[in-house]
Amino acid sequence: MSADFRAQVESERPYLLRYALRQLRDPDAAEDAVQEALLAALAGGAGYSGQSKLRTWLTGILKHKIVDAIRRASREQPLAAGDEDDAGDFDALFDRRGHWQDPPQAWDDPDGALHQKQFLTALEACLAALPANTARAFLLREHLGMETGEICKDLGITPTHCWVLLYRARMALRLCLETNWFRK
Amino acid sequence: MMLSCKEATRLVSMGQDRSLGFAERAMLRVHLAICRGCGNAARQLEFLRRAMARLAEQDGTAER
Repeated sequence: MSADFRAQVESERPYLLRYALRQLRDPDAAEDAVQEALLAALAGGAGYSGQSKLRTWLTGILKHKIVDAIRRASREQPLAAGDEDDAGDFDALFDRRGHWQDPPQAWDDPDGALHQKQFLTALEACLAALPANTARAFLLREHLGMETGEICKDLGITPTHCWVLLYRARMALRLCLETNWFRK
Repeated sequence: MMLSCKEATRLVSMGQDRSLGFAERAMLRVHLAICRGCGNAARQLEFLRRAMARLAEQDGTAER
């Protein structure tokens, strides 16, 4: 294995760490996942054909390590029975007939906000405010790009529960961004 | 049978994860056409997906 390849792989560590932190939130868990991924990459260096970008290949390995970490964490802390199939808080947004209590207003130039660093910081804060399992499901879907079938399996929950978590996450983030950015 | 706003927002969210069935799509389309609140909410949920992609992009270009 060339020292060059090793150096290139190592140089991707900061990016991989940001990637893992986005998903795992816990710095130690993120460090561990990245370390495992880099070791696997260097051990299986012959598997890198050079066809995809090195970063893409390494991210693929890291995704597996992240999912392993999440599977372990989900087994250790299974979702409470009360969480099942319950959209909970968000039912309060609607009246008895299912209409909005307070219909959402349009936001002013949301895509413009995507170029503002403070907006992305606000989004990160909203993500951090999500309950752990809601965040996990949402990030597996939107950050890792996993299919919901796989997400349910990894989290050890039913598909319905999975969809409820994703719904909760999206509604919570929508509300958080509205409160903390678009309505300020 | 008309959708409630509560049902509509759930379908919008589900539509981001799986293909909606023909009937679901049709009912949702009708509801979104006549309900401004849900139309705004749907656009905002779509924006959220773009915002997440932007976050990931920023991770890729952030300084070491």
